[in-house]
Amino acid sequence: MSAETLRLPAPSGALVDRSKRVAFTFEGRGYEGFAGDTIASALAANGVRVLSRSFKYHRPRGILTMAGQDANTLVQIGAEPNVLADRAPISDGLAVVPQNVSGSLERDRAAFMGRLGRFMPAGFYYRAFYRPRGIWQRFWEPIVRRSAGLGRVDTNAPHGYFDKAYGFYDVAVIGGGPAGLSAALSAAQSGAEVLLVEEFPILGGALTYARFDAAGEQAAAQCTELVAAVEAAPNITVMTNAVCNGWFADNWLPVIRGNRLHKVRAGEVVLAAGALEQPAIFRNNDLPGVMMGSAAQRLIRLYGVRPGRSALVLAGNNHGYLVALDLLDAGVEIAAVIDQRQAPPPDPAIDEVIARGVRVLSGHTVSQAVAGPGKRSTVGAVIDSIVGPGEVARQGERVACDTIAMCVGYTPTYQLALQAGGRLGYDDAAAMFSIDGLPEHLHLAGSVNGRHDLEAVLADGRRAGWRAAGGAGAEPSVPAETGESPNFPWPIYPHPKGKDFVDFDEDLQVRDILSSAAEGYSELELVKRFSTVGMGPSQGRHSALSTARLIAKASGRTVAQTGVTTARPPFTGEKLGVLAGRAFNPERYTAMHHRHLEAGAKMMPAGLWWRPAYYGAPAQREACIREEALAVRNGLALVDVSTLGGLEVRGPDAAEFLERMYTFAYKKQPIGRARYVLMTNEAGTIIDDGVACRLGPEHFYVTATTGGVDRIYLSMLWWNARWRLDVDVANVTAAYAGVNIAGPRSRDALAAVTEGVDLGAEAFPYMGVREGLCAGIPARFIRVGFVGELGYEVHVPASQGEALWDAMMDAGAAQGIRPFGVEAQRVLRLEKGHIIIGQDTDAMSHPHEVDMAWAIAKKKPFFVGGRSIELRLRQPTTRKLAGFAIEGPVGEMPGESNLVLRGNTIAGFVTSVVRSPNLEKVIGLAYVHPDDAEVGKPIEIKLDSGRKLGAEVVPLPFYDPDNQRQEM
Amino acid sequence: MPIGLLRHAVRGGRRDLPPPSELKPSYDVVIVGGGGHGLATAYHLAKHWGVRNVCVLDRGYLGGGNTARNTAVIRSNYITPESVRFYKEGVELFTRFSNDLGYNIMYSQRGQLTLAHSDASLRTFRLRAEVNKHLGVRSEMVDRKQIREIVPCLHMDDDVRYPILGGLWHRDGGTARHDAVAWAYAARAAEMGVELHQRTEVTGIRRDKGKAVGVETTRGVIACGHVVQAVAGMSSQLAAMAGFRLPIRSFPLQAMVTQPLKPFLDPLVSSAALHAYVSQTARGELVIGGGSDPYELYSTRSTLELKESLIAHTLEMFPFLAEVKMLRQWAGLTDMTPDYSPVMGESPLQNYWLDAGWGTWGFKATPVSGKYMAETVATGRVPDILKPFRLDRFATYDLANEMGATAASH
Repeated sequence: MSAETLRLPAPSGALVDRSKRVAFTFEGRGYEGFAGDTIASALAANGVRVLSRSFKYHRPRGILTMAGQDANTLVQIGAEPNVLADRAPISDGLAVVPQNVSGSLERDRAAFMGRLGRFMPAGFYYRAFYRPRGIWQRFWEPIVRRSAGLGRVDTNAPHGYFDKAYGFYDVAVIGGGPAGLSAALSAAQSGAEVLLVEEFPILGGALTYARFDAAGEQAAAQCTELVAAVEAAPNITVMTNAVCNGWFADNWLPVIRGNRLHKVRAGEVVLAAGALEQPAIFRNNDLPGVMMGSAAQRLIRLYGVRPGRSALVLAGNNHGYLVALDLLDAGVEIAAVIDQRQAPPPDPAIDEVIARGVRVLSGHTVSQAVAGPGKRSTVGAVIDSIVGPGEVARQGERVACDTIAMCVGYTPTYQLALQAGGRLGYDDAAAMFSIDGLPEHLHLAGSVNGRHDLEAVLADGRRAGWRAAGGAGAEPSVPAETGESPNFPWPIYPHPKGKDFVDFDEDLQVRDILSSAAEGYSELELVKRFSTVGMGPSQGRHSALSTARLIAKASGRTVAQTGVTTARPPFTGEKLGVLAGRAFNPERYTAMHHRHLEAGAKMMPAGLWWRPAYYGAPAQREACIREEALAVRNGLALVDVSTLGGLEVRGPDAAEFLERMYTFAYKKQPIGRARYVLMTNEAGTIIDDGVACRLGPEHFYVTATTGGVDRIYLSMLWWNARWRLDVDVANVTAAYAGVNIAGPRSRDALAAVTEGVDLGAEAFPYMGVREGLCAGIPARFIRVGFVGELGYEVHVPASQGEALWDAMMDAGAAQGIRPFGVEAQRVLRLEKGHIIIGQDTDAMSHPHEVDMAWAIAKKKPFFVGGRSIELRLRQPTTRKLAGFAIEGPVGEMPGESNLVLRGNTIAGFVTSVVRSPNLEKVIGLAYVHPDDAEVGKPIEIKLDSGRKLGAEVVPLPFYDPDNQRQEM
Repeated sequence: MPIGLLRHAVRGGRRDLPPPSELKPSYDVVIVGGGGHGLATAYHLAKHWGVRNVCVLDRGYLGGGNTARNTAVIRSNYITPESVRFYKEGVELFTRFSNDLGYNIMYSQRGQLTLAHSDASLRTFRLRAEVNKHLGVRSEMVDRKQIREIVPCLHMDDDVRYPILGGLWHRDGGTARHDAVAWAYAARAAEMGVELHQRTEVTGIRRDKGKAVGVETTRGVIACGHVVQAVAGMSSQLAAMAGFRLPIRSFPLQAMVTQPLKPFLDPLVSSAALHAYVSQTARGELVIGGGSDPYELYSTRSTLELKESLIAHTLEMFPFLAEVKMLRQWAGLTDMTPDYSPVMGESPLQNYWLDAGWGTWGFKATPVSGKYMAETVATGRVPDILKPFRLDRFATYDLANEMGATAASH
């Protein structure tokens, strides 16, 4: 067939612009189409009918719906797999490649799979491939995996641009067909802000492609009028080429348009998503050339493409005759209209078809499509008379045709309604799925609501819009349906030789569905899971109805009793990039960040923050850490502590609040003093620590760990929502910058820049808190020392952080001040035996296990975790955190997480270990058996190599046991 | 061509599951919950303990709860020795499963790689590796170079917010066709006389003098010697019918799957920091899962928020998947215990046996829990391997804490 003969003149082809020719390639061969063409329509116009090969049998497949509702048209474009060729537009130079093909579309080497169908019934893989043991994974699985999948991913593909937007509307109308248009208008007339979402590039839905009357005039006139009214309405926002891809709680709608996800919250939703035409089942119903009647109409009206040269219409309703008229008007010869009904009710369209000399045969069906060479085309149909549901008398009359248009019924587009909690039922009289049990604020309109007469559809839309917008006056009425249901009750005619497909995506035939049930998997969900029906890319759009009917019949239940599967989001395939949007990864820098970089710091992540690990070249890492650590012990050094969590706790109940949140006592804490805080969770497990500085009777400034503060803050709010104490908690972490100036010379250096605070040892003792000026900046001074030397933390407003840093570095210049990083700090704190929460504690550590019973106030009635700690203390202790040391040279260093063994039993593990620069030996903390926790006991560490290394339990702290240095 | 297929082609499929039948007035054992665990318990009762007067009840269809909704991950790289021993036997039973049961569950040991993006993760992984190795489980720390060899397509650049620092490589990790596990147990149990009753909802537990003596259902009352509760997602509600409370909170857990793609990813890849894990099935689909929803709920509704964050994190690991399309998302209910370990064995009610608290780790324990739950019921004694998971551990805080080894690495 040449393109010239297949293109139709205007007004056919509402979407194509005949003045713009577009060149593209398919499987390496060049084709031309028009702007506005989809890949599938352009190829159809070029006489190309095979678009893909099927999943399992590699059968040639072509256009089925022309609406992006099936997997037959999935193709690959560059790095994008599984593109719907019947929706994706062509563009100049576009290179389209078929998927799941070994060789070429014409000659697929894997096509022999179709002949093995007899050996591959549903679930065949559960029955074989496992003897002898191990054979599945060694031999069969690699074969299966190689043949799996459709499209191909390019692991080097760049991550394109995607983003997100938000929208808020009174009423969202999903679907721009006749029901949706009239719903939008009616809601807008009631004053609502309306969003109208339409998948296709133009509004009108079925009015743009279908035929509603024998003369073929009704649709166009109606469409023009409705669309003009919608476009003129100032309070209707129209989004075409957009899909509402799910329904989430409270009308939260993901509307996808191109690479943008619009997250829409709508007060009310009108679902006017239409209905999906359903296939008939007969042998070879998957051949290229066998398509939905509506697909043929879309080809004609939307794309100006003649679906074939000679068509046979398989009708189960009067729509089939309207399709036949469309085909006739498009110059397609009609071989016959085969009507499955014994006595079709009179209809002008039938008269018109007959009047045009078309052969009409009722009470018959197509029992087989006749395949051309390689099953790449349809060359005819075998017609048999129906003798009962699913049964024919096989006369075998063969009719030549290259196209078979199936018009046997519909399924409401129920996906969003079911996601919203609606239930799918089955109307036996109409032989159609029905939807009920919808939540409030969700309305159905049109064919999704079981309306099929155009007048009823329009009225149903008006009523839904009126209801959604809370319209004034009387509720619009909806006329009853005049004709019979468009669903033929049993369009399923299995063939003894099979290839009568129920599910095109998964290559499942009638016998696969029936055998699943016969093998005991007769609950509908089990049928689905055992046979995989409905599991493919089209998610059961064309198989759910037939499957439910077949299973109901096989199990002697009604379709409604059989139960119908749920529909899960998304409605149609959505790109992962759209869901992810733009990459957004916040990073936090302290106020002194640039100073660290200037000083050559190697930065490391700490939660969202970046902190200096050490200053110097990575090659000299160990030396840098050692020198920094020695500087703290022997001279003067400065560390940025801005990332430390800061919480302001204020109010009459502030002390009471801290008493409940933390293990210690705070009510009698003097103003101007800091006190250690230790937090446990409800199980008594340690989760955070810091200091609480009492700045006033009703005001504490509490620090928390860098990684923990956000969680601690939330937890405080959560608890106080229960306790209702008169207290206010604010997370001021980022509001303050802070440094710790540490070392024997820190007092002298700090004194030079401090005003209003006496730094003398007696005036400002260890654990004191003062407020004053530091380098002219209002500051809080806290005399604490994680590193165990004389030292002061100075906290200032974050805006002054860099100035503080500079002032400190200047003030200490004479004493040889140098910055130190997190790594040196970790070494120094370990020398002091201070634990790091999360490193030296785990999800089970309670205060007694880590020798912190001193931090628990004995006399207060309650703190979070207190009761659990008491209960845990009644059990035998299973482990203790102990300090250990190894004197002398060590060949293989023990590492964090190395096991501590007792015999061959795991007694605990190493939590921290380092070679101490100040003590010149290996020191560490480890969980050990309680009996081994006494000073002087030997413990055994299993090294990475598997070797065992002895160590001795020693007293803590390792350095300066009397804490003289920090308190001088 | 394998003999199995030829036989199948000639004889047609055998019937795995018997047609619906009437309930008997009494059974020795009533198992509430026709998921993997309940069916495995029934199978082992019949097969190894000769207890065949057993029925399995399910309010829906067999394997329709979390057996249908999990992401099929099987692994044993836990952190506590008690769990490692238990799940290690679980993995061993899976390796033999298809041949023991005569039903191909497509067990596939492709290895699981868990990524560390922080020092804290590295430390936890190291501990897991040490404990695993000590107990004979194949786990090892791998560096960036080794990670690149294991999963060449992983995004390993330093330009991301949280670069990959290292990983835990667990060669014993794998997957199986999750539904088939339940069906295989159902089919073999039914062959031995176990009755399977679908669409049969339990509405009450009959008690007498501190003992369970029967079960009320929507199809009538059944007397029984023992009750086993194996209803992941509904554990607290069923326990309430039996008159006691469980320390369980239930959270939805969501997962999703993409359209089928040609295979490019063999091992399972998981990142605790990114709350995401990915594997590719034999059909070519990518299965993507993450952490539980942050609120307690008895709803299996999917959310947009979780999908967005989960996919954003997935694309950090595999940015080239941006053009790949999501096929389906769903949710299950996870019964979370305070220590992220299950509850098995005795309950406050005599002859009422618990198989609960399976959070996000239930599927991988299906065979091993079935084996030992059956032993528990048949002998009336809890075997040593289950003792760490007894209910009263919560009263004494003798916990088996798996928090560090569980979050988002199912």
